Amino acid sequence: MSTSTAFEKAKNENRAALVGYLPAGFPTVEGSIDALTTMVEAGCDIIEVGLPYSDPVMDGPTIQDAVQQALDGGVRVDDVFRVVEAVAATGVPTLVMTSWNPIERRGVDRFAQQLQDAGGAGLITPDITPDFAPEWIEAADARDLDKVFLVAPSSTDERIAMTTAECRGFVYATAVMGVTGARAKTSELAAPLVARAKDLSPAGSDLPVGVGLGVSNGAQAAEMAAYADGVIVGSAFVRTLLDNRSDEQAALKALASMTEDLAAGVRAR
Amino acid sequence: MTTHIHETTSYDADALGWFGGEAEGFGGRFMPEALMKALNELDEAWQEAKADTDFVAEFDAILRDYANLPSPLYHATRLSEQLGVRILLKREDLNHTGAHKIRNVLGQALLTKRMGKTRVIAETGAGQHGVASATAAAYFGLDCTVYMGKVDTDRQALNVARMRLLGAEVVPVPSGSGTLKDAINEALRDWVATVDHTAYLFGTAAGPHPFPTLVRDIVRGIGDEARQQSIEQYGGLPDAVVAAVGGGSNAIGLFTAFLDDADVEIHGFEAGGEGFETGRHAATIQANDPGVLHGARTYVLQDDDGQTIESHSISAGLDYPGVGPQHAWLAKSGRASYTSITDKEAMDAFALLSRAEGIIPAIESAHAIAGAIKIAPEIRERHGENATILINLSGRGDKDMGTAIEYFGLGEATRESEQGEAQ
Repeated sequence: MSTSTAFEKAKNENRAALVGYLPAGFPTVEGSIDALTTMVEAGCDIIEVGLPYSDPVMDGPTIQDAVQQALDGGVRVDDVFRVVEAVAATGVPTLVMTSWNPIERRGVDRFAQQLQDAGGAGLITPDITPDFAPEWIEAADARDLDKVFLVAPSSTDERIAMTTAECRGFVYATAVMGVTGARAKTSELAAPLVARAKDLSPAGSDLPVGVGLGVSNGAQAAEMAAYADGVIVGSAFVRTLLDNRSDEQAALKALASMTEDLAAGVRAR
Repeated sequence: MTTHIHETTSYDADALGWFGGEAEGFGGRFMPEALMKALNELDEAWQEAKADTDFVAEFDAILRDYANLPSPLYHATRLSEQLGVRILLKREDLNHTGAHKIRNVLGQALLTKRMGKTRVIAETGAGQHGVASATAAAYFGLDCTVYMGKVDTDRQALNVARMRLLGAEVVPVPSGSGTLKDAINEALRDWVATVDHTAYLFGTAAGPHPFPTLVRDIVRGIGDEARQQSIEQYGGLPDAVVAAVGGGSNAIGLFTAFLDDADVEIHGFEAGGEGFETGRHAATIQANDPGVLHGARTYVLQDDDGQTIESHSISAGLDYPGVGPQHAWLAKSGRASYTSITDKEAMDAFALLSRAEGIIPAIESAHAIAGAIKIAPEIRERHGENATILINLSGRGDKDMGTAIEYFGLGEATRESEQGEAQ
């Protein structure tokens, strides 16, 4: 199921969509399924399942910790598809967010097929841009999978136009110059970037813009929901699990209440 | 003698950074969008700089007056006698800071000044590129932050101290395996956040376009000098050129000037660690498994899921699970051949060169010496009695004495004899 369904629903309800991220296999494969389904039940509209990779460039310290824990626990790419299948079965659009090499290693077409078979909506690819991803674009187009590329405050107009033209589902706007991680204040770079992405995306495409990097509470989510179609939260969820690692029930409870706070935030635009 | 940084070869990358084309070749730019503008600006700035004769003249003057270049091409007569071929050593060990790496950082830092940036960052494994970067930053008056794996800061305390003395901030990186590849990841993360005023001095001819080309152009002076010296001092070109390959900057620095000399054989030697068949090595090209690491498609040590496998080598400078994409293309196209040298073969060559010539090489460079020893008989067979092998002696071995003491038991022998006398 494409993420566009979730964005349309949110738009009809005059709110932003809440997008939640956790890496597969963190704290365990089963644990990540429990955590993600809890987030769905508490109000996430779209789920990003992270594929743990040994050499991530865009991950900040919090997500690196979680990813390392998942890798140390022996998580494999096939486990990621298992998590996708379980989460997608709840009915929310479920994307995989991954560095490029695991896809290249498996074979782009084969990876795309397995993702589709698991019920995945598509891919978010933070370390590859459309100009270097012709194989993925072809494989995704053949299966109508979402292709979510990133734009940044440093992106030129030309590159934003090129990137949004290749996106399907939504475009991911990175709100700060920097890696992932919860921040005290949302960036003043976010709103102008969202406006540029909307201006420069192909006429009539109505491509939703999701904003990520740095959101950790409902107030920040509300601030972003004022101008963005989707609010993306990752590190704050991971932090919650890391802070409650000794008590699974407490972790899920904390995750649910954080999700509810954020879900209220995206409705308070 | 001037550098030939503006010259091209038949093995250069295209405008998008592909060596050998996108379909079959290597390189490219697999990076977050946040860095695309900076990488494009760097590419454009370099195209302009290398075409600017004032820039080239300034670079040449700095290399001459500050870095002690050109380095000599030395006929190693005793080693030549032992091997039955003429051995020429390009003495990059005599450069300021003791290795070819000073060329790379001075070139990139000069470009940084030209681009109006005020801060540089660098990654380092054993600390050599970090020390070189801190040196160049001091020379040009730039702020400098060096990322270094926590495992490496612990085992290379002397280089950490040198960097700090030179005014650099050293940041230990505990994530992942706590080594070079993790330092690169952390430096890239810094750069994503600071790119408007910060330049990333990449330590080798790898990474996203334009780094493989930029670094290659800057260090190609090694081969340009050696080629001219070989003609002037020894009456012609060598029959083979030889270098050690980790990321590959010293090797591409030597090879570039000879790429279009079809009669010159090109041999790269990777770190075979405990032996290729043991799996504990850094022989990335020999492993022959293409992937994307640190921004480029190249050969990568990886498992079935594409997770990077840790490399192993007695030489920290060769201990890297990727390789510069131009080397990957030179291997695939058949222009150069790459095989591996084990830790033991390298350490034997380390001892041999020390005793035969009075030169203690870096263990990295000892891999090149060992490679030359290995191919000397076939070179002689193919090219006759007067065959010549030109080796890049990329650095000096002072930094490796801790490893040598442990490997050869040099410290223990002294203690034993002292104990013997006491008894």
